[in-house]
Amino acid sequence: MSVHCKQDAPDERNVLDSTKQGVLGEPLERPEGLLKVTGTATYAAEFDAESCLEGVLVTLPVVRGTITSIDRESVLQMPGVVAVITDERLTGRAAQGMAGEAPFQPAQQVCYWGQPVALVVAESFEEARDAAKHLSVECNADEGDAPLDPDTVEAEQRKPTKNGDLAHAMTQAAHSVDATFTTDGHASAAMEPHAAMAQWDGQSLTVHASLQMLKFNRAELADSLNLKEKQVRLIAPYVGGGFGSKLGISQETVGASLAAMKLGKPVRVVMSRQQVFQTIMRRSETTQRVRLAADSEGRLTGFGHEARVSNLPGEEFAEPVLQSSQFLYGGDNRLLQLEVARIHRMTAGSVRAPGEAVGVQTVEQAMDMLAEKAGIDPVELRLRNIPERHPAKDKPYSSRKLAECLREGASAFGWKDGPRKPRHTREGEWWIGSGVASAARIHAVVEAKARVTLRPDGTALVETDMTDIGTGTYAILGQVAGEMLGLSLDDVEVRLGDTDMPPGSGSGGSFGASSCGSAVFLACEGLRDTLAEKLGIEASDLSLKDGFALWENEKKSIAEVLDGKAIEEIGHFEPGKSTEDYAVASFGAFFAEVAVNHWTGETRVRRMTGAFGFGRVLNARTARSQCLGGMTWCIGNALTESLLFDPTDGHLANCDLAEYHVPVHRDVPDLEVVLLEERDAAASPIQAKGVGELGLCGGAGAIANAIYDACGARVFAYPMTPDRVLAAMPDK
Amino acid sequence: MRPFDYQRAERLEHAAQLAADDDTMALAGGTNLIDLMKLQVETPQTLVDIGRLSLGEIADEGDGLRIGALASNTATAAHARVRSDYPVLARAILAGATQQLRNKATTGGNLCQRTRCYYFTNIDQPCNKREPGTGCGAIDGIAKLHAVLGTSPHCIATYPGDMAVALAALDATVEIAGDSHERSVPVREFHRLPGDTPERDNVLEAGEIITSVTLPAPVGGTQIYRKVRERSSYAFALCSVAAVIDMADNRFTRADLAFGGLAHKPWHDPRIADLLVGSEPSPALFDKAADLLLEDARGYGENDFKIPLARRTLTAVLCEATGVEA
Ligand SMILES: Cc1cc2nc3c(=O)[nH]c(=O)nc-3n(C[C@H](O)[C@H](O)[C@H](O)COP(=O)(O)OP(=O)(O)OC[C@H]3O[C@@H](n4cnc5c(N)ncnc54)[C@H](O)[C@@H]3O)c2cc1C
Ligand code: SF4
Repeated sequence: MSVHCKQDAPDERNVLDSTKQGVLGEPLERPEGLLKVTGTATYAAEFDAESCLEGVLVTLPVVRGTITSIDRESVLQMPGVVAVITDERLTGRAAQGMAGEAPFQPAQQVCYWGQPVALVVAESFEEARDAAKHLSVECNADEGDAPLDPDTVEAEQRKPTKNGDLAHAMTQAAHSVDATFTTDGHASAAMEPHAAMAQWDGQSLTVHASLQMLKFNRAELADSLNLKEKQVRLIAPYVGGGFGSKLGISQETVGASLAAMKLGKPVRVVMSRQQVFQTIMRRSETTQRVRLAADSEGRLTGFGHEARVSNLPGEEFAEPVLQSSQFLYGGDNRLLQLEVARIHRMTAGSVRAPGEAVGVQTVEQAMDMLAEKAGIDPVELRLRNIPERHPAKDKPYSSRKLAECLREGASAFGWKDGPRKPRHTREGEWWIGSGVASAARIHAVVEAKARVTLRPDGTALVETDMTDIGTGTYAILGQVAGEMLGLSLDDVEVRLGDTDMPPGSGSGGSFGASSCGSAVFLACEGLRDTLAEKLGIEASDLSLKDGFALWENEKKSIAEVLDGKAIEEIGHFEPGKSTEDYAVASFGAFFAEVAVNHWTGETRVRRMTGAFGFGRVLNARTARSQCLGGMTWCIGNALTESLLFDPTDGHLANCDLAEYHVPVHRDVPDLEVVLLEERDAAASPIQAKGVGELGLCGGAGAIANAIYDACGARVFAYPMTPDRVLAAMPDK
Repeated sequence: MRPFDYQRAERLEHAAQLAADDDTMALAGGTNLIDLMKLQVETPQTLVDIGRLSLGEIADEGDGLRIGALASNTATAAHARVRSDYPVLARAILAGATQQLRNKATTGGNLCQRTRCYYFTNIDQPCNKREPGTGCGAIDGIAKLHAVLGTSPHCIATYPGDMAVALAALDATVEIAGDSHERSVPVREFHRLPGDTPERDNVLEAGEIITSVTLPAPVGGTQIYRKVRERSSYAFALCSVAAVIDMADNRFTRADLAFGGLAHKPWHDPRIADLLVGSEPSPALFDKAADLLLEDARGYGENDFKIPLARRTLTAVLCEATGVEA
């Protein structure tokens, strides 16, 4: 049976507040945690099959061109080499998130430096790797017509948001800011490299893969291979980090599948770290102009945010930099304009928190500049500019904890009120300062299904093709089911990551927990109805706790009620009008204290507080971990992370974890996370919003503002490496 | 990675004989060599594993100290005499890489580690160091990491290591053995400038193996290793300064300085000690020292910042050592 809900109206029932188990929201450990830390959780490349062959992708050091010939004979005689796959179905780029169709084919059309063009298959990985470097490929290079510099090409304009007259508001403003910022490109840099192991039985294909959104990935893979979806099964019980880079299928999955189909043997393809960096989605670099006009009390009268991003020709995706600028702050005169420059770097796509991850911090720096001009405490300035209703669309907010986050975050951090002047504190060589920024991230939900079975022994089984990319999905889906069915987490088994199970939302855009959680919730509502029916009572009179059904003064174990027969439900959640009628988003606030070295411009974050409101907290431990991860990304975003592209041939230069600088432990101080409980009835039937990405939406701005407060260097380029900080340091 | 033969040397002479072949390389900790082999930057036909040779000892040598070529970076940094008598060395080692890498990395391997130039490590790019005559990709490319001192039109790479910068300040000596000879080379002369043969990082000849590094008798003083980097650990130096400084009656009596991240070798300029020793410390004097250091400095766009950064870092170190406030 199935319970379907298309959510067209807020669900104010808050069912999960009246259930009795008390397991939801608890800071429980993730059930698979031990497997992961003991290395016994099996990731894509670790699945084995008898006589599995190894494939290595062949990449081409050409930025644009067409392959004219591939000389298989050049490697077929090499030891161990079995085949060279040059099939037209090989894909040249990764699929965008939720594409549901084949990404760019054929791979023989080269569009960026380092694009995979063929696959060499051998008996051992080492043989395949050696042969891949020897494969002779002829390419008709067409590099003259391959622009590389996003700043100098014509850009396509997207539809702007315009209200009133911003230019006029700027001239009339008591205080105004007009600043241009840049952010460098980012890589997802997930720990687990892209990997796939494919098996073909003549009819159907089974692929162990490292992917985030299996139902879409299955469609993408089937379309790439000209197979029917039902011929494709994807298995991904554990994914070693995705951060957007595994939203869509990539070349290793298609390559392994084609090779397995051609050779009739299992084939594994694992990308090298360099290949992951060079061919997988990047976050676009951005140039952003922010304009703020305010009255004498700092109330915004105008708000402008224009951004230039880049992507390959033909790619629809454009880093949605302005996403939260639509609704974060007021100002009647508005102009939001995004443009896309077409250049030949690998595909730009979703990297954790696309849009806000680079779009909020610049606005937050501009707000800081405005606070200084207006002589107002930066927290107070933000509080004054929280709009009543969505400023462009004039609709209500569903729920919003922004003010509470600013206040409670400030108090947890020990924020000193008042207008600020930089260079107030020095400890030896170090300037000390602090900064604030708001956090905002759009809310999204995606259609999701999950099957929940109550087994005769009274335990439950949750099944969906939803993935766990390290976020805690196993725990939270178990907790939703446990809460609804009156079971402890030990009595709920959660199976994920297999397209043979009902299609969930997939992990992306922070929508997994609320979407799949809602599907599980709906299935459990159905199960509760069935149990009540079996007992001959109204569902509303039924309580479930610790494996027992309780009603009036009666009590019976769930197993007894089931009487030897399992019952199951498929919960089917679909987004409806509720998320359209309201401005639905997650909010928060960041506070950072930094030390900037007077001599060298080196910046170290000394402490950081984040306060967040994102609807119902499903598990306080995993939610906190998501926030910690996000805040760690803030540090990288603010100080170290940058993709470096060669100006001459466009290749990515820093393509490993030694040279692409994510923060190391020593860069990350104690981070404090304040979680504010909230119910957002419009967001999802479980009143939860997204948390996964919120923690990195704006925090880099708090660090940038703290740098200014510390040493007076207003840096307009991210990341704020020592050279950039020094260059901006006053009276060097 | 190319297929290769693996040989394990049981005796030093054996290792030297094997290594005399142009296509043979010595394998110590492997933390640099194996990475480069995977990228096909290094393509030896034979690896001679020297790991079994008894070159791991750290022992007194007269008043000085001999650090075996196979002593791990971790062991050296933790050695009681290194910590008490040559603290700049311990600090420099600990400022490099990560604990895991330092556990594997050896004295000899660390001295011979190759540049981190992005074009050197990418075989699809031009690089005179990797493939003489193909050009230098970095000069018109991404040169943020690159040298500002002693460059040539053929190569602007840096020697990336930290340990050797401290060894240069301490005026240590590299002990080298061949099949039938031994020789000693001061660390300050061990690494080369690129000139028109950037493929040669140092003065080792084919078949020569580093057996140890010897440190002269301890000189005391204030010992500082200052490394400027983009993140607080696990990043190579944008600029580093190793300093051994002593004062009497408010005058410098010793000012041995060496610099990392600025050149194809740990940079040592004897004129700086000549200037400082005998003088009273002052910001003006420090500026003069920086003038000497950077007299011939030249940036390549992206790394222009290293010139003022080197000046500031040197000043910071001298202020710290002397208590002068700038
Ligand atoms: C990610 C990363 C970050 C790092 N960060 C830093 C850093 O911040 N600072 C720093 O200083 N270093 C850093 N390192 C470099 C590290 O210190 C070196 O890799 C290490 O010291 C090399 O020692 P090894 O014994 O592993 O050498 P191997 O890799 O075994 O050898 C390196 C080279 O030395 C030669 N060689 C080795 N022993 C001898 C000998 N006895 N005689 C002659 N030739 C010999 C080999 O033939 C080879 O050419 C980093 C390395 C990595 C991978
Ligand atoms: S700087 Fe030296 S190592 Fe780098 S590309 Fe040029 S020649 Fe090669």
